[in-house]
Amino acid sequence: MVFPRRATVEALEQAGTMEAVQGRSLWDDARARFFRNKAAVASLVVLAAVVIFASFGQLLTPWSNEEIDWNMLGSVAQLGAPSIENRHYFGVDETGRDLYARTVQGTRISLMVGIVGALISVIVGTAWGATAGYIGGRTDQVMMRIVDLMMSIPYMFVLILLLVVFERSILMLFIGIGLISWLDMARIARGQTLSIKNKEFVEAAQAMGVKTSTIIIRHIVPNLLGVVIVYATLLVPSMIIFESFISFLGLGVQEPSTSWGALIAAGADQMRNGTPWMLGFPLAFFVVTLFALFFLGDGLRDALDPKDR
Amino acid sequence: MPLLTVENLNVTFDTPDGEVHAVNGLGFEIDAGETLAIVGESGSGKSQTAFAIMGLLARNGWADGHVNFDGIDLLSLSPRQLNKVRAEQIAMIFQDPMTSLNPYLKVSEQMTEVLKLHRGMSNREATKESIALLDAVKIPDAKSRISMYPHEFSGGMRQRIMIAIALLCRPRLLIADEPTTALDVTVQAQIMALLQDVREEFGTAMILITHDLGIVADSCAETLVMYGGQVMEQGPTQALFEDPTHPYTLGLLKAVPRLDRDQDALEAIPGEPPDMSSPPQGCPFSPRCPRVMEICQETHPALERSANGVLRACHAEPEAVR
Amino acid sequence: MLSFIIKRLAVAVPTILALIVFSFLLMEAAPGSPFATERGVPPEVLANLEAKYGLDRPLIERMGIYIWNVVTQFDFGPSFKFKDRTVNDLIAQGFPVTLTYGFWSFVVAVVVGGTLGILAAVYHNTWLDYLAVGISVGAQVLPNFVMAPILVVVFTLWLGWLPGGGWRGGQWEYVILPVIALSTSYMASIARITRSSMLETLNAQFIRTARAKGLPMRRVIFRHALKPAMLPVISYLGPAFVGMITGSVLIDVFFSTGGIGQFFVNSALSRDYSVIMGITILIGSLTVLFNLVVDVAYAWIDPKIRY
Repeated sequence: MVFPRRATVEALEQAGTMEAVQGRSLWDDARARFFRNKAAVASLVVLAAVVIFASFGQLLTPWSNEEIDWNMLGSVAQLGAPSIENRHYFGVDETGRDLYARTVQGTRISLMVGIVGALISVIVGTAWGATAGYIGGRTDQVMMRIVDLMMSIPYMFVLILLLVVFERSILMLFIGIGLISWLDMARIARGQTLSIKNKEFVEAAQAMGVKTSTIIIRHIVPNLLGVVIVYATLLVPSMIIFESFISFLGLGVQEPSTSWGALIAAGADQMRNGTPWMLGFPLAFFVVTLFALFFLGDGLRDALDPKDR
Repeated sequence: MPLLTVENLNVTFDTPDGEVHAVNGLGFEIDAGETLAIVGESGSGKSQTAFAIMGLLARNGWADGHVNFDGIDLLSLSPRQLNKVRAEQIAMIFQDPMTSLNPYLKVSEQMTEVLKLHRGMSNREATKESIALLDAVKIPDAKSRISMYPHEFSGGMRQRIMIAIALLCRPRLLIADEPTTALDVTVQAQIMALLQDVREEFGTAMILITHDLGIVADSCAETLVMYGGQVMEQGPTQALFEDPTHPYTLGLLKAVPRLDRDQDALEAIPGEPPDMSSPPQGCPFSPRCPRVMEICQETHPALERSANGVLRACHAEPEAVR
Repeated sequence: MLSFIIKRLAVAVPTILALIVFSFLLMEAAPGSPFATERGVPPEVLANLEAKYGLDRPLIERMGIYIWNVVTQFDFGPSFKFKDRTVNDLIAQGFPVTLTYGFWSFVVAVVVGGTLGILAAVYHNTWLDYLAVGISVGAQVLPNFVMAPILVVVFTLWLGWLPGGGWRGGQWEYVILPVIALSTSYMASIARITRSSMLETLNAQFIRTARAKGLPMRRVIFRHALKPAMLPVISYLGPAFVGMITGSVLIDVFFSTGGIGQFFVNSALSRDYSVIMGITILIGSLTVLFNLVVDVAYAWIDPKIRY
């Protein structure tokens, strides 16, 4: 069969453009999609600002988070409002300590809790879920049953029990948070693994006799990455909420250390005394950061998980 | 007067990549009790035509033009009026029987609800009638199986149930959208035979939408070849297939394996169906057409009746294509 | 169906037992536990404990007695701090309070969230949809400990409409703020889940079939789409229940309702081990049972699940 020249050229051109489209990597595509999302980019900027605040905010103030400004004591409601002159930018708390310095400190702890929790969940959850999903069968059933069991327990109560028995400390808090944060991740990683497991490249690796552990690490885990990143970003805020909850009850971080939850609790305690800044500043930090984290997570999901668009 | 007249039908979708024109100025008619096949590759706008007639387009799509069914313009009906036409006058069978039945409701409910609503029947009457229709589409042991859920049936059986549902109110027109595509080859033949039987028994007109030319020849008197949302060629099936005079029809036919002819190889039509968000200016088939001429890329060919009684839209003379 | 329930119970019961054993061992291991040493416990309590468990008996035996008491009589033993009260007394006093506003919070979250989600999906891309999405996105950052102070500032301190704490036997004006504070974020989650699963369902092929049958939109939505759309919501009810029951602790403390959460936190701060254990076991068992109910409901709706 003879084709007129034009049609052939046209067909070739089409083939060429198609190749160009496929030639761009998934990650490039994802980045482009992400930067088109204005809310997500704005969130990234906000989060960067919060991180900078937590890292370097202390340099801007002469007050530390423990120091009591004796001038304020006894007349916090009258004198303690935010002011540039006495360099209490956010005012002072009910015992005359600088709220700015305390907010910097609380932000550090809260962010750290979020990041550590998410990291643990990424490592443990992905390993657990990928292994269960890849091996399948009885192993899978047993492993996921354990996850189900742990999820069906009202975890906060057990954690508080643990905190009471083993003395409250940041380390204990991290251990406690680490113990639950991976459960959801394990489920998600398993689901993803099940769909990847039957792809040709995995079958090819199996046919060549590659070890199971190598297949999981080299072939399965890298393909889970997108979903794992998205979910990890969404986990950060839930970890922060989790810690704040415990600290709000006074069972989390210990004085003089603080976190957003503890600051909000302290502010809420004083809300009847005409010192709105004590509640307002921590609350604003909490709400704005969480908003940014959720929008960032959504943006990443839209960028990395196109089927959800 | 024809049962259904479609004139200058356009279907447009609003998508993130701009407007997509799925159907462009389509026109055809079908008489009561007649059969019409609409054939074309996937993406040529066949299914969207059917959805437009039934008012079932996706949320982001809309139709304009005229769809006249027995004196009523379907496109201008209110949802309530349209619901009276659906099932009672026009019924539809869908492509994938695995997903077109509601998996959470028993077959009995999915059948009787139609009769209760449109015919005002009691539950007992509706159940009796539904069982009778399941018998008619040759579902064994219909009386007890009617109270099962769809997932307890095989694909072929589910398509039979779909046909039974479509026929519940004895519609005057049945639109079958790729009714056999998702089925095994052996089951395909059974379903087509069944469709043929019930259509004759109930005196229903049928529009058969398919990309499978093999099933068209036996089942439809008239055939419409569609491409890029437009009519390429329309005429009696026999004339169209025996003596194709349109390059696209010819291409489709060459791609069908035939036992009765000496074929060296199957020839595929090169290229892809057009991107309907920016359709070609002239004839939509021109980028892939082996007979392409200068004029094809500039102006759209008119639909004209040729010597053998076939309507065709092509700038090339029939002799040149043969 | 019965065998399915039995199979689920076969998992639920060991879970509860494991929780009891775990709590007991933890208490044994705890520094300052009267089960381990005799320091710091009022003599009357020690006498109570002695009578109940026999502190000189071996660990296994004491655990056996504890579990036996819990399982057969729902008896969590005496409090370590209150000389003349048992854990059961405290639960009997606080649990009805928590249950009352907890129940209403759950109802509000499911009914309001579900309705909002369905409306948003049915009126996709209209102001109603945007409103629902806006509410559910906003409420994500409003967990109970943020909602509670905000509500009190607005409705108690500014407007003076509602009391900012107390219970008064559950008069309605004392119930409203706790219910809103506890339910908001779950209401938002339920709205979001309902909306997205309803949208997905409305795009399903069988919905097109239903419409092709000339059914009115009302029937298409409520009879054909609602069941499949609610399945993800039902799976979420388990975690929502856990979240709300956990949140109730904070609500009890913040609004001074006198619910069990207040006892729980006070005990945690004063190391009243038997109360913490008792409440943890009670809540744990409730959760396990609730999850069982959710599983059964799911299986009942989805005909594809074989029991």
